[in-house]
Amino acid sequence: MKIVTAIKQVPDTETKIAIASGGTGIDESNINWILNPYDEFAVEEALKIRDAAGEGEVIVVTVGPDRVTSALRTCLAMGADRAMHLDDPAFEGCDALGIARIIAAAVERLSPDLILAGQYAVGTDNRQVGMMLAGLLDMPHVSVVTKLEVTGRTLKAHREVEGGAENVECTLPCVITAQKGLNEPRYASLKGIMAAKKKPIEKKSAADLGLDAATIGAKGARVAMTKLELPPPKPAGRLFKDDVAAAVKEVARLLHEEAKVI
Amino acid sequence: MAGVLVFAEQRDNKLRKAGLEAVAEGRRQASAIGGDLSVLLVGDDLSGLETEVIGHGADIVLKVKDERLGFYAPGAWARAVTRGVKEIEPRLLLMSATAMGADLAPCVAVALSTGLVTDCTGIDVDGEKISVRKPVYSGKAIATMEFRDSLPAMVTLRPNVFGLPGTGKPGRGEVRNLEVPFEDADFRSRAVGVEAGDGGTLDVVEADIVVSGGRAMKGPENFKYIKELADALGGAVGASRAAVDAGWIDHQHQVGQTGKVVSPSLYIACGISGAIQHLAGMSSSKVIVAINKDPEAPIFRIADYGIVGDLYEAIPLFVEEIRRIKGA
Repeated sequence: MKIVTAIKQVPDTETKIAIASGGTGIDESNINWILNPYDEFAVEEALKIRDAAGEGEVIVVTVGPDRVTSALRTCLAMGADRAMHLDDPAFEGCDALGIARIIAAAVERLSPDLILAGQYAVGTDNRQVGMMLAGLLDMPHVSVVTKLEVTGRTLKAHREVEGGAENVECTLPCVITAQKGLNEPRYASLKGIMAAKKKPIEKKSAADLGLDAATIGAKGARVAMTKLELPPPKPAGRLFKDDVAAAVKEVARLLHEEAKVI
Repeated sequence: MAGVLVFAEQRDNKLRKAGLEAVAEGRRQASAIGGDLSVLLVGDDLSGLETEVIGHGADIVLKVKDERLGFYAPGAWARAVTRGVKEIEPRLLLMSATAMGADLAPCVAVALSTGLVTDCTGIDVDGEKISVRKPVYSGKAIATMEFRDSLPAMVTLRPNVFGLPGTGKPGRGEVRNLEVPFEDADFRSRAVGVEAGDGGTLDVVEADIVVSGGRAMKGPENFKYIKELADALGGAVGASRAAVDAGWIDHQHQVGQTGKVVSPSLYIACGISGAIQHLAGMSSSKVIVAINKDPEAPIFRIADYGIVGDLYEAIPLFVEEIRRIKGA
């Protein structure tokens, strides 16, 4: 079983967001970078499937600058076998399709049986790359998966939808995007952390991947961010204390008569 | 390339609320940029739906009806939408940022090699320029995204933001049945059934009113308080990450950065302190009510109406009061 997990390094979800000068990005000076929380589920599932099969390997792939190696090391410490770091100045300014093209080019050579990724990367909140990767590689996919069972060359999955779950059947090779609930990601052990230091991280550039510069980076992007701003502050609300019964009565009245929402 | 194509999501021969919102926004944008409003329907039973969307202003209705389209299969739906785009050649393609739309839109964007912005809250067309607003960092910031040489410009709309169709003029109403040559490969991934979750069919993302419980619920059994208040209001049950991580309620209900982002008309936070993680998922709600014992809880900073007190005392009174108002 050869499994690829596509991951992303993102700002810690507790981070307070500030806008960088220029107004098209966040101020990265005080950011604590972490492995995207949904990717933890993807890595855990990959390790479980590999170990259940008793053979194969888990290869972690990411796109980004030097700092992303720490996210790759996190995955290696959890138990992934090796990593690929896709980095090139030409990748700057990619839209989601550009990122998917870069990962697809790297993954194609690996011919994996299964590709796992988080259901989306917190921050950009795009929810696009996993499905695009499947499309570019002409593989089927199942997204937002909360339960997964691989048997031979097919799998059964639960996919989260409004008010319930779809029972999905899919053939391998395919792309799966992981949702919370799929598993309980393990913590890296001290032994794992030590072992991770010796595991290989292979660097690949646009040229290594044979990518056409016109289809990636700012040049290839069909959408570009032109402005990033903080949401407008909310005016102060009204606080009712002391007498709970009177407070509830008054708030219910205000919701009905003033806000007109009930 | 002109006009707007809307993929209007239906399930079990019923247009979803988010699908109707997409049709309504499609009508507005078609009037703004010029050209027809075309609406694409996909499924195994579409009877009667064309009349409904024509009533909401559809000039052209494309129907892709096939007995294999009873349950969602991404490959088949992507082929159907791609075929619809070839038929209409729209400037703008709208879908809903629902479970289906979020899954389907990127497949279509790859097939058409075009740009996609997901989960948008506003569309602005200025001559040749189409730009959209999209919350990022779970609403902690708002991005303006612009399309470049991208036809059609693809946008998925956040549910509950764009509003339902009003009483406008019906569209021209030309109905075309599209033959789509599906291949077996289109069904390599396919749903074979749907299981209802524990919260009924109303999802927090689509609900107009959401009542959420947090750490102060202390256990799964107390969510009956939340459910009772939600039922009295006809709303959905939400939860904070603390309550979900404690195993008191299913992750389906989680509102926040690693859960769902909601923007209902009314959001009631019960026993939720208001961690930045949670605020990110609900701060765009139109009216926010917070019930919390701690007067210093951060949730009160974004609440329109705050009640300092014990939720176990407040909620039953609230339910009673709502029933009185609704009964009046």
